[in-house]
Amino acid sequence: MSFSRFLRTLTLALKSVMLHKLRSGLTMLGIVFGVFSVIAMLAIGEGASSQAQKQVLELGATNIIVRSIKPPDETSSSGQSGQSFVLRYGLTRKDLNVISETIPPILGVVPVRELTQEVRNQQHTLNSRIVGSTPEYLEMNHLKMAQGRFLTDKDLDQMANVVVLAYETAQVLFPFDNPVGRPVQIANRAYRVVGVTQDRTASAAIGGSLSGQDYNKDVYMPILTLQSRLNTGDLFIRRTQGSFSAVSVVYDQITLKVGDTDETTDDRDLVIPTAEVVRETIRNLHGEGKNDFAVVVPLELLKQADQIRKIFNIVLGSIAAISLIVGGIGIMNIMLATVTERTREIGIRRALGARRRDIIQQFLTETIVLSGTGGLIGIMMGLLTPAAFVGIQLFVDAYVMDKSTGTSDIGRLFSGMEPQVAVWSLPLAFGVSVAIGIIFGTYPARAAARLDPIEALRHE
Amino acid sequence: MTAVARLVDLTKFYDLGAVVVKALRGVSLEIPEGDYIAIMGSSGSGKSTLLNLLAALDRPTQGQYILNGRDTSQMSDNDLSVVRNSDIGFIFQSFNLITQYTVLENIEVPLLYRPGYPPITARDRNRCIDVANQVGLGDRLDHRPFQLSGGQQQRVAIARALINDPAIIMADEPTGNLDSKTEEEIMQILTDLNNEGRTIIIVTHEKSVAQRTSRQIYMKDGLIAGEGIFPG
Repeated sequence: MSFSRFLRTLTLALKSVMLHKLRSGLTMLGIVFGVFSVIAMLAIGEGASSQAQKQVLELGATNIIVRSIKPPDETSSSGQSGQSFVLRYGLTRKDLNVISETIPPILGVVPVRELTQEVRNQQHTLNSRIVGSTPEYLEMNHLKMAQGRFLTDKDLDQMANVVVLAYETAQVLFPFDNPVGRPVQIANRAYRVVGVTQDRTASAAIGGSLSGQDYNKDVYMPILTLQSRLNTGDLFIRRTQGSFSAVSVVYDQITLKVGDTDETTDDRDLVIPTAEVVRETIRNLHGEGKNDFAVVVPLELLKQADQIRKIFNIVLGSIAAISLIVGGIGIMNIMLATVTERTREIGIRRALGARRRDIIQQFLTETIVLSGTGGLIGIMMGLLTPAAFVGIQLFVDAYVMDKSTGTSDIGRLFSGMEPQVAVWSLPLAFGVSVAIGIIFGTYPARAAARLDPIEALRHE
Repeated sequence: MTAVARLVDLTKFYDLGAVVVKALRGVSLEIPEGDYIAIMGSSGSGKSTLLNLLAALDRPTQGQYILNGRDTSQMSDNDLSVVRNSDIGFIFQSFNLITQYTVLENIEVPLLYRPGYPPITARDRNRCIDVANQVGLGDRLDHRPFQLSGGQQQRVAIARALINDPAIIMADEPTGNLDSKTEEEIMQILTDLNNEGRTIIIVTHEKSVAQRTSRQIYMKDGLIAGEGIFPG
């Protein structure tokens, strides 16, 4: 087909479509919404997956996280009132040594001990998470310094009484001054502030294996300082109503770094087998059946998140595809009506020399123009999805916000979703809408071409 | 004079299942170039069937229809379309213009379906305007059919029939929907075209129309009953 002829057919189709603007518009709506929902749903899926991916990368794709868990069977026995005893569980120094010395792919080990304590600067107080760790903690959690410095090996060796404040902690405790060099009180002892970290958005929980973390209210100190000064040995004693309960945990968490560089695939391949070895090793050290630790592999979470996203995409895609099919049926219906309505025109054209395939071409082009235009409008609407989400969020924040908690469930729902329009979905959606035009336009066009010219001319 | 069209023992039967309608039962006719024929006859006489065959809208059951030297009786649907496009100019009783098109666009329609689909050139467009002027529509090119009177619409149809320079112009009751004054105008145009040498076949009921042609064929019961104007 020559270009001029193609242009002629297209102009003819556009003319016919424009002749009944309302009808054409309504016919297109089905495709518009179908395409729009395909793009929007893929965008939501894409946004969710990129967020999950970002979180996992923050945890470190080549990291293995081993956490201490309070074993369930011993929790029940601690419920006996009036008794005081020491509950020992979790990761020990022996675990740490065995793992770091006997498993070759493990290059770095960062132990963490956490406590919740009140931190005070004069009249300003904050219930903070006190994190005892090593200098590597900074890098491993992708934290950045805003002022001063982070903990150093020297701090660790000397069990120095120094702390690094997280962004919000510093804001609360030192609303007006520079905290670096100033003291804070924790459990009646003074510690010198040596640095403040940068603001860091809280990470959301992933699939229940890892709870969300808000790094902004932390206080960091050398782990040995924490263990020696805030603990009685490893013992942590808490007074509850009528009884003392003592818990002995050496480390809450040990983060293991596998391989050497973060981005090479080789290292990633090592992660899951290494995690298996780590699990076996600790199980052997702790004895069978003592489930007081858990191994979390961010890479595994990434894979799970990916899998979930795929299922999510398929489900959403199918729903959208159904609406596209419904739109296609709508177009076919209208085109069949149009063929009946324009039977006489078909007869005239046939009498003046139009061949069957000219008629097929005319009606097929018209259907494709309808569905293709619908597709383009749908794509444009789809491109507005991210903006629309921002708009909904602003609206919810402004009018539906729950005053008591500072935000609303709806608002949080939308803020959790940051749709990203997948570029590949645009040509796909357009292609699908054109294909729908072809699929659902062929039958009406053939019906038009099959008409006997004499009968068609007689049609009123 | 050479024969532009020749009908040899044409028959057309319609198989309606229960009955077979014998619409044409053996019609032979020679149409020389430049002929001006009126086909008359009461309804059911087979004149519409004959018209459909002459206009290459249908194929005969038996017999031959040789148009411009080619036998159309065995042609495929595609080839018949080509014949209609290049050899036949069609004028209908109810004008049959495409309502969403302007006068000029209506005249252009046969150009859209020329064999090989050549693009419509400025020369083609000038020819459309010339033809429109010829039938007295020069000032109405941008009008749409509903803005025109019946006579003007029929002029558009005549211009459209002329645009591909056909071998035969077929007119099916061209004045059936017009008043007598307009009928006079339209018939004058057709007569002028015949005087220029065009072959014209008119199917009509009206004696006044038939009288203006040079040859009248009377149909009855699927056969040519005779030539000349028959009363009633």
